[in-house]
Amino acid sequence: MSKPLRKTEPMSTTTPSPAATIVSLPAPAVNLWRGRLMQWLREMAATILPPLITLAVILGVWQIMCMKPDAALPSPARIWSEARDLIVDPFFVAGPQDIGLGWRVLTSLQRVGIGFGLAGVTGIVVGAIIGQSMWTMRGLDPIFQILRTVPPLAWLPISLAAFRDSRPSAIFVIFITSIWPIIINTAVGIRNIPQDYRNVAAVVRLNQIEFFWKIMIPSAAPYIFTGLRIGIGLSWLAIVAAEMLTGGVGVGFFIWDAWNSSRLADIFVALAYIGLTGFVLDRIVAAVGSFATRGTQAS
Amino acid sequence: MAYLKLDHIDKVFSRGGRDSEVLRDVTLSVERGEYISIIGHSGCGKSTLLNIVAGLTPVTRGAVLLEEREVNAPGPDRAVVFQNHSLLPWLSAYDNVRLGVDKAFGASRSRAERHDWTMHNLDLVQMAHAKDKRPSEISGGMKQRIGIARALAMEPKVLLLDEPFGALDALTRAHLQDSVMALHQKLGNTVLMITHDVDEAVLLSDRIVMMTNGPAAHIGEVLDVALPRLRRRLELATSPVYLKCRQRVLEFLYERHRYVEAA
Repeated sequence: MSKPLRKTEPMSTTTPSPAATIVSLPAPAVNLWRGRLMQWLREMAATILPPLITLAVILGVWQIMCMKPDAALPSPARIWSEARDLIVDPFFVAGPQDIGLGWRVLTSLQRVGIGFGLAGVTGIVVGAIIGQSMWTMRGLDPIFQILRTVPPLAWLPISLAAFRDSRPSAIFVIFITSIWPIIINTAVGIRNIPQDYRNVAAVVRLNQIEFFWKIMIPSAAPYIFTGLRIGIGLSWLAIVAAEMLTGGVGVGFFIWDAWNSSRLADIFVALAYIGLTGFVLDRIVAAVGSFATRGTQAS
Repeated sequence: MAYLKLDHIDKVFSRGGRDSEVLRDVTLSVERGEYISIIGHSGCGKSTLLNIVAGLTPVTRGAVLLEEREVNAPGPDRAVVFQNHSLLPWLSAYDNVRLGVDKAFGASRSRAERHDWTMHNLDLVQMAHAKDKRPSEISGGMKQRIGIARALAMEPKVLLLDEPFGALDALTRAHLQDSVMALHQKLGNTVLMITHDVDEAVLLSDRIVMMTNGPAAHIGEVLDVALPRLRRRLELATSPVYLKCRQRVLEFLYERHRYVEAA
């Protein structure tokens, strides 16, 4: 809308002189910056305190339940005393197989990065092709729906047989586990592009490539990122299982190794590492998604 | 010879083995610079007719001729302003208009010229101040203005408006109608507008095309609106010609072709 141009005309030509003396008020006692800081701290406390309290309660109950000397599982205090080096320093190197859990997580992340990266690119392209055509969708969707329920480990023997090497096998397992939700979500996103956008594209005469970049990808982006988010979660699930069997340096093998040498405390520490890393991965994909899809929600 | 000619257009939709005839023998000639409104009850196929002219829906029989050439695919020479604005929500107002400009003039104009032309069209609809806003950040009326700018910027031979003010509140609608009227006066576009608002049709049009009810809708009557331009809303309220035109359309719609609820 056009803003009406309004000339600011003075109501009267002479400035009225104040009838009473002006009393200046004292400056507010609390300064604004400090007030804002206090409010920020209060908000932070409201989000951080509840999970911390819950964690303390869980650790407390666990400690009480596993305090007996003949308990099957170690208590938090025992984990702390037995696996202290793993907890306090994630990045120590004391020998070829005696390295900090940070290094192991990074090795696993590298595998996930390759497998998930391949799955992301392939999944989006395949999903886009499938979403374009009703017949490919009808033909392939039931197969995908069945394949996506196959557990990651079930793929492992096949990929070991095909690749005859543990490293590509682990990556393949990640790839094949995480690709289905990416394909399916992308295809659904493409199919749900509103007819309006297709009409716009037709009227301005976008060609296939322009349509892909300017309409399809932005319009389907929220769906694509949902697929990627499910996919990264699944690939993190798969890596641990795959590494248990293929060996090597990753965090999955570390758990298997710790179990074989009865270091239960180490396993608990590794679980914490895995959980936190999975959480961070999920949040990263979610954050990238909400940044990339800002404004794409139709209104 | 007419500028735009709809030549004996039939449209039959086939769905699930059953044919439903939407339009039968629609023939209409539009002169250059004319403002035509197509009015009719819901479901009479007026949007189908507009989509046929736009090239978004193929005809079953007959043809659309623009400057004596048949058109049967969408193109920038027949730009559409859609009812629900259809702006791309991930692009700014400027980029939405620029998309059409780049496609229409990518080969013939330089980058700077295309920028100037985009800004010029945003200026025409008084939206230059919101060029960096995304559609979700502006009001319904503003979105529709951007939609109009996008269509105008493609320099179409025919501007197709599909109930462009349908989703707006009464005050915004009046404001936008005045803007469209002023733009038509200034640019002299040939306009084909779908509407179901009698006042809007009489206010804006040179001719009003009244459609009978479907199925197999056709043109029931064409009314010339012999009101001089530039029309002013307030003066028209008491103008005998305006009232008579209004009367004629109302009679057509509510007496002779009363809307029968689908059973």
